[in-house]
Amino acid sequence: MPQDLHYLKETPSQTAGPYVHIGLAPGAAGFDIYRQELGWDIAGPNAKGERIRIEGVVIDGTGSPVKDVLIEAWQANGAGVHAHPEGGGAVEEGFRGWGRVITDFETGDWGFDTVKPGPVMGRNGRLMAPHISLWIVARGINIGLNTRLYFSDEAEANAADPVLNLIEWENRRATLIARRETRDGKPVYRFDIRLQGEDETVFFDI
Amino acid sequence: MPTPGEFYQRDREWQPPAYTKDYKTSVARSPRLALISLQNSVSEITGPVFGHGDVDPIDNDLILNYAKPGEMPIGERIIVHGRVLDENARPVPNTLVEAWQANAGGRYRHKKDTYLAPIDPNFGGCGRTLTDENGYYYFRTVKPGAYPWRNWVNNWRPAHIHLSIFGTGFAQRLITQLYFEGDPLIAQCPIVNTIPDPQAIEQLIARLDMNATIPLDTIAYKFDIVLRGRRSTLFENRLEGN
Ligand SMILES: [Fe+3]
Repeated sequence: MPQDLHYLKETPSQTAGPYVHIGLAPGAAGFDIYRQELGWDIAGPNAKGERIRIEGVVIDGTGSPVKDVLIEAWQANGAGVHAHPEGGGAVEEGFRGWGRVITDFETGDWGFDTVKPGPVMGRNGRLMAPHISLWIVARGINIGLNTRLYFSDEAEANAADPVLNLIEWENRRATLIARRETRDGKPVYRFDIRLQGEDETVFFDI
Repeated sequence: MPTPGEFYQRDREWQPPAYTKDYKTSVARSPRLALISLQNSVSEITGPVFGHGDVDPIDNDLILNYAKPGEMPIGERIIVHGRVLDENARPVPNTLVEAWQANAGGRYRHKKDTYLAPIDPNFGGCGRTLTDENGYYYFRTVKPGAYPWRNWVNNWRPAHIHLSIFGTGFAQRLITQLYFEGDPLIAQCPIVNTIPDPQAIEQLIARLDMNATIPLDTIAYKFDIVLRGRRSTLFENRLEGN
């Protein structure tokens, strides 16, 4: 027998289940337990850049909204820096760039406020268009789904984005573009996620 | 000295697939098109950083973190402890571990749970902690009860604790469930059996740990968690044009 490599195996994933809120957003489950819940403020008060809102719904294979989903968002700040030792620099005080988003239990609608991220340096020196990484868990999702949200008003950067360009089917790239609208003079991006079926959102194996 | 590079690719044969017909809810919630494979960029290698300002010391004690003063939840007192490691067997320090579970009767404190077992007034059912510098974590809680769920007519979840773990990069993000050694419901559970490899299922079964058990007080189970490992960057190979 050749030598053993001695690597461990990643712990297998299991569904977050219908009661994921108890653990990750107990206020939504109906009780107050922690001094502060994590993930409600993505950008913090000092982040520079354009303040935006993102809204959407997650739709299942029957066309129905998924009402018990939890989404985590991870993004760079307005200058394209992630709040992490390997994130490319310093960020504004209070900027974490990470958030938790839960749906309205009746409608499945979700939304969050943040700042628009800047472009981020990608692999081999190719700039990535502004984007937000999303991770989706829920009852019936056996392993979290990874996708990315891009912005409709960044057409030029999107066209050059190395990740969008990996998607062979050009029509499917559109599933990752949030549509910019204006409401009460403020920018709101619409981003619906389709788990299955017509216009199925592109998900990544990262 | 080698610097850390990309995460090892996820072993999709070891992980559950999206579509698992015996877990009915997955049928309409599973993508049918193939995932697009992405090599890591800074967006995947980085992830949120948490510190001691984010959690309180009592947050990992589910016996006390929701109980009225002088009272405690009903149930078998247990400690769940172990280490968060990566696939290189290196500890993952300072990472956030969150847990949630049903009470000893199998009932969740959630406005959507309507099971007839009672809510325990002294049990919230969630906790969180940061691993220490050696990747070590622990919780104190009561052993959750089995509960029925609507899948086939007569499905019961084995006793389990849901766990959420971060690691250092968004690509390591993981939610899983801990089961208890010896539970006959594990083998029958359609959610457990979304995992195709029997050895992978064993990785989710916490072992009774008599050494860590506190005599006359609390019984202990050991549960190590493994997150994706990172390759060391040995060479800077940068091809022109790609
Ligand atoms: Fe559960």
